[in-house]
Amino acid sequence: MSLLDIRGLTTAFQTERGEITAVEDISFSLEEGEILGIVGESGSGKSVTALTVMGLLPRPPARIVSGSVRFAGQELTGLSERQMQKVRGPGIAMIFQEPMTSLNPVFRIGEQIMETIRAHERLSTRALRDRAVQMLEKVGIPSPARRLDDYPHQLSGGQRQRVMIAMALACNPRLLIADEPTTALDVTIQAQILDLLMDLRDEFGMAIMIITHNMGVVAETADRVMVMYAGRVVEEAPVGTVFDAPLHPYTRGLLDCVPSLSAAKPRLVAIPGNLPEPARRPSGCRFRPRCGLAVPACAAAIPPLDPHGPGHRVACIRATAEVAA
Amino acid sequence: MTRPLVEAAALSKHFTLGGGGLFRRPGETLRAVDGVDLRIMEGETLGLVGESGCGKSTLGRLLIRLIEASDGQVLFDGADITGLPPAKLRSLRRAMQIIFQDPYGALNPRMAVEDIVMEPMVIHGAKPDAAARQRVAAMLELVGLPRQAALRFPHEFSGGQRQRIGIARALVLRPRFIVCDEAVSALDVSVQAQIVNLLQDLQREMGLTYLFIAHDLSVVRHISDRVAVMYLGRVVEIAPKAAIYDAPMHPYTRALIAAVPAPHPAGRAARRAARLRVEGEMPSALNLPPGCRFHTRCPHAMAVCRSVSPPLREYAPGHSTACHLHDPQHRPAATEEFAA
Repeated sequence: MSLLDIRGLTTAFQTERGEITAVEDISFSLEEGEILGIVGESGSGKSVTALTVMGLLPRPPARIVSGSVRFAGQELTGLSERQMQKVRGPGIAMIFQEPMTSLNPVFRIGEQIMETIRAHERLSTRALRDRAVQMLEKVGIPSPARRLDDYPHQLSGGQRQRVMIAMALACNPRLLIADEPTTALDVTIQAQILDLLMDLRDEFGMAIMIITHNMGVVAETADRVMVMYAGRVVEEAPVGTVFDAPLHPYTRGLLDCVPSLSAAKPRLVAIPGNLPEPARRPSGCRFRPRCGLAVPACAAAIPPLDPHGPGHRVACIRATAEVAA
Repeated sequence: MTRPLVEAAALSKHFTLGGGGLFRRPGETLRAVDGVDLRIMEGETLGLVGESGCGKSTLGRLLIRLIEASDGQVLFDGADITGLPPAKLRSLRRAMQIIFQDPYGALNPRMAVEDIVMEPMVIHGAKPDAAARQRVAAMLELVGLPRQAALRFPHEFSGGQRQRIGIARALVLRPRFIVCDEAVSALDVSVQAQIVNLLQDLQREMGLTYLFIAHDLSVVRHISDRVAVMYLGRVVEIAPKAAIYDAPMHPYTRALIAAVPAPHPAGRAARRAARLRVEGEMPSALNLPPGCRFHTRCPHAMAVCRSVSPPLREYAPGHSTACHLHDPQHRPAATEEFAA
């Protein structure tokens, strides 16, 4: 049994201009101790996927239209907020791009970490305090006992990110969802935080779902990669396959369009056009208007996510044609 | 031989904080830019990198006099523009423009695209007539927007298209020098490449000189001829891009490059283990460390680094760095070992 198993999940939002599907018919699973990278640009549905799993979307306007989210064998989609609170913390925890989303500016960070633990475990105040110090130490905050009494604004951006990770890890979650955890950080701090996440996985065997637009972050961390575009999964494969033998034209485009730090490219291979707005998605394959390989058949139907070798799934009717060429 | 179009000489910008602030002592000085010497050659792209708060955006704004220097000089085309009175500055503004990171924030949502692009022309005395509209239309075409875009409003465009509008507005006066301040950082990666290509095409066609400020070292390598690295208000290294990336001299530059995620997963465990790491974070510009500003995080710091600030010195043709490790006077024996 997989730790997390998502089948046919569709999440929609009620808007003034009708209902918009943010995530459509996605299926994937995640094993204990595995790191899954979910890659996509704005509007791909990657964050909505994470928030659906966490049960953090306000309903309404959000609505799970169909599908199932099973965590450690338990179905999460029908749970009440009370029941969901029991899953969060020791089950699934999440960290965000902007740490101030999770940190309350008017409470000391020690109190906030202790409160998280208190919600799930009965411990004395002294034991809570010790645990908070341990957590801060674990995430690499210098002189953690002194830092407990700091307010979030007294910390730098990188330190706030560490405190948020400490809070997320305080109840030893089996799954950590990290939504763009390093996007707002400078590159040297990003490297420190990614190292920390990898160390924590190695130490606790925690599974991590890392959501990012940065292929480099995926290359550094993920075991398996899922690429999303305009609300759907377009490709999924082990990390080596994604970088060495990507099959979906969008995945290939994503790899080609970023400049390299080592090799000189005379000119970047840009993906033409723009990301479609949810209300103006094209018929058939959603990448079709920007795709150099598109044929009339691409407009007829949304391509299914078909298997192409071990652990490799691709939603493109032109994928095999291109590989044979 | 090209000549410098823009020069900074001992350029500084100090902000005085305090007086009313709840948590600040009055009279604290933030040294955002602190004694920078720099030359940007006509027709080149100089990349400027460094972490948040290093002063790179402030330096960009100083060079086009969007903000006033506290000390030092800015030369444009050989003439000192530091003390230029407002009336004279205005004509100079035609020649220097800036493209911002946030295309949303930089465009007036109530103005049609045509008026947005025409505004700088009107400010500089053009009549908003048919000829002006014609020029705007040509400009929109040049940046890859459809003609119909002229009568639409910013909210009708995607992020990449809005950045094209910002570029059209910056270029409509035919400037010579453009500061691109994180101009592609907010864009989705698939759109970012389009804008990078556009900036390169426009540079070739219009003979532009760019200061390309960005925190993304890969994009900077791609677009730049030379690269300057800033740390806490100072330029710590400047060189042709190949030298910066393939043979960086300053430990900070080395750490920055080592921290960039590799483009491929192969060998990542070994890479992680071998990576030159810097611990901690950049100190506050309010409370600068004595000596070399990087010594608090530098794995190679020596006694001299804690007391003497290293000057920016040329160690190879066109390759300068501010680091005692390369100065034979301070570390004659170990220099070669470090350089190897």
